[in-house]
Amino acid sequence: MLSRVASNLYWLARYLERAENTARLINVNSHLLLDLPSKVKLGWEPIVDILSFRDKFYETYKDVDEKSVINFMVVDKLNPGAILTSLKSARENARTIKEIIPREAWEQINALYLFVTENQKDAFTRRSRYAYLNKIILANQTISGLLAGTMSHDEAYAFMRIGQHIERADMSTRIIDVRSATLLSEIESELPAFSNIQWMGVLKSMTAYQMYRREVRVRINREDVLTFLLTNPRFPRSLVHAIEQIERAVTELPNSKDTVGKTSRVKNYLLNAKPATLKQEKLHEFIDDMQLGLIEIDKQIEDSYF
Amino acid sequence: MAIRWGSYKVTNLYDELVEKAGKPRDHAKHLCEYLRALSDKEINELKAASDSAIHTMGVTFRVYHQEEGSIDRAWPFDIVPRLINAKEWSGIEKGLKQRIKALNMFIDDLYNDQNIIKDGVFPASMLNKSKNFLQECRGFSPANGVWANICGSDLVRDNQGKVYVLEDNLRVPSGVSYMLENRQVMKRVFPEMFQKYNILPVDDYPSQLYDMLAEMSPRKIEEPEIVVMTPGIYNSAYFEHAYLAQQMGAELVEGPDLVVEDDDCVYMRTINGLSRVDVIYRRIDDWFIDPEVFAPDSLLGVPGLIRAWKAGNVGLANAPGSGVADDKVVYAYVPKIIEYYLKEEAILANVPTYKCNDKAEREYVLENIADMVVKPANESGGYGMLIGPHATAEEHEKFRKLIKADPRNYVAQPMLTLSTAPTMVDTRVEPRHLDLRPFILSGKDIKVTTGGLTRVALEKGSMVVNSSQGGGSKDTWIVDMEEE
Repeated sequence: MLSRVASNLYWLARYLERAENTARLINVNSHLLLDLPSKVKLGWEPIVDILSFRDKFYETYKDVDEKSVINFMVVDKLNPGAILTSLKSARENARTIKEIIPREAWEQINALYLFVTENQKDAFTRRSRYAYLNKIILANQTISGLLAGTMSHDEAYAFMRIGQHIERADMSTRIIDVRSATLLSEIESELPAFSNIQWMGVLKSMTAYQMYRREVRVRINREDVLTFLLTNPRFPRSLVHAIEQIERAVTELPNSKDTVGKTSRVKNYLLNAKPATLKQEKLHEFIDDMQLGLIEIDKQIEDSYF
Repeated sequence: MAIRWGSYKVTNLYDELVEKAGKPRDHAKHLCEYLRALSDKEINELKAASDSAIHTMGVTFRVYHQEEGSIDRAWPFDIVPRLINAKEWSGIEKGLKQRIKALNMFIDDLYNDQNIIKDGVFPASMLNKSKNFLQECRGFSPANGVWANICGSDLVRDNQGKVYVLEDNLRVPSGVSYMLENRQVMKRVFPEMFQKYNILPVDDYPSQLYDMLAEMSPRKIEEPEIVVMTPGIYNSAYFEHAYLAQQMGAELVEGPDLVVEDDDCVYMRTINGLSRVDVIYRRIDDWFIDPEVFAPDSLLGVPGLIRAWKAGNVGLANAPGSGVADDKVVYAYVPKIIEYYLKEEAILANVPTYKCNDKAEREYVLENIADMVVKPANESGGYGMLIGPHATAEEHEKFRKLIKADPRNYVAQPMLTLSTAPTMVDTRVEPRHLDLRPFILSGKDIKVTTGGLTRVALEKGSMVVNSSQGGGSKDTWIVDMEEE
């Protein structure tokens, strides 16, 4: 496989996963706001923080209000992480490797981009927002399904899986980092009733609420939620699951010794750290280490194959 | 009821489907009846279905704009197909095979013994001024002596129903992917017509192309490495490059993906390191293909490619230099070329062509420029032409000057009134002029597509069918009427 093609496949999968995760994040936030007491100023700032776009955001916008954040995160051409920008990049990437991915997948990617472009106003009204973002999520799931079900599980597919899971791991760590820190102090002291909602929000941001309920079955609490999201090997959006997927896909590639080594190191670090027991400060440091690990894996892939 | 064949006027025209108002040609009867029975609502639904199929399939082409860079446009498609009787088609097919066979012999002769010049059939002066004659290729002969492995010839019919070859595209002809996609769209939109007619399939072109390319491999191995080489995503035919690569299961490569090593072999950069390439279907013009030999600043090409090709280590289709026969002036000699190499009469007619470097013919052209079509020798895509009857006196004068300044670079032809076919205008049909571009593959043997790409001028009375100039296209049905 051509190096240029491998790189395009990897980034195509990253962009698609990014668009989907961002859509999930905004949807959850919209819902969460309805549940929290009005005196809690959770608002929209965490969304910008999760994606580390604070500086970029304030270049263009004055206030972190709903309208600005939605604009920034969904349609802003200047934001490389906006849904529309991600899908545009995904589409351009898909176009240059149209002969590699199944035709139906290309058609779906193309249709999704067109849908998102043509209906952007739906993101701004609360009533239509959910359906609009949900369509993005479902379309991405369709694309994943098409790839899993109709694409040869060869090296090309391995690069896509690596891209998808690096992006997912990156997003998971960001969500856990920001969401677990937000307002924690305020809520714990004054409104114990809402602490539950806070952690429910974390679970929901990662589409983990229902599965957590099935697996854990106790009252929602910090330690169990963190354990579940970071180290549950069965839940497909947990951090350890993503890293195992990367490890498995990398093994299918030629000359993968270095990359496998780096990935395994990150995985072992995660499993040995017992992150759930860490205090907030230490948890933040741990997450930083994980992100650095992901950056290392990404660099190694770049060096070995692209 | 929307379509009334009784009011479909074909006075002074030859229409592909309709003999005269209210009377469809035999092979178009079913289709005309079917269309007549549609309500406005149904017609709009069919049009919407075809638009949506094209939209979803992502069938696009690029148009260059001076101000806006280039833009992707949805492929403009007309839902009324163009039908040709299989019996008539088999005659045309014979003519195309004869023509390309002779042209390939001609190119091979020019680069080697030049017998046709020695025998006084083709003037040496023509060659000296040919932009596409590459000195680098002298004394070389590619596999099977074939230079133009893929040819796209433009056929037209005049208002008497006679078929002419308008030009032969022997460099990097494009359009075949749209022929294939048009058929896909029609199968989605008109499935019931495919049961009514015995429509010959077009789908095996990619596998024929693959077989022909595989034949050219210098290494005789089970699975030679075949690549399609594209200038990249911003080229107007990129859609086609990607499409053909995908259909053949070949790698789609860009110049920087390839490298020629010290052993004069071509390799591609892969995730496993360098990997040998056997055959390159290149969709890049000669001039940009190898900065060592041609345009030194070309970023699209591969340094050393010509070296590797001449060492016999890689197959190139089409061979560099095949454009020498793609010249509008050479075109005028094709009937003689066929006679010289094959000792046969040309089966397909040439449009009478006046060569401006011949004094008497030039005088005639300058005199009658208002009634003629003037073409530059080496342009493609309909650029740089004068259509006399549709131009102003100033434009006529401008072209007279151009011709006088560089007579070798111009030919002129009488203005043909191209044949028409019913084309959708809102929910009615009106006649629109069209042409046909079949594609011919030449390897050990010669294969012609079943039909080809029908291009149609969408403006009333216009004869310009190029998609770059606002033309559209139709599916082309070669229908076998033997069983009726």
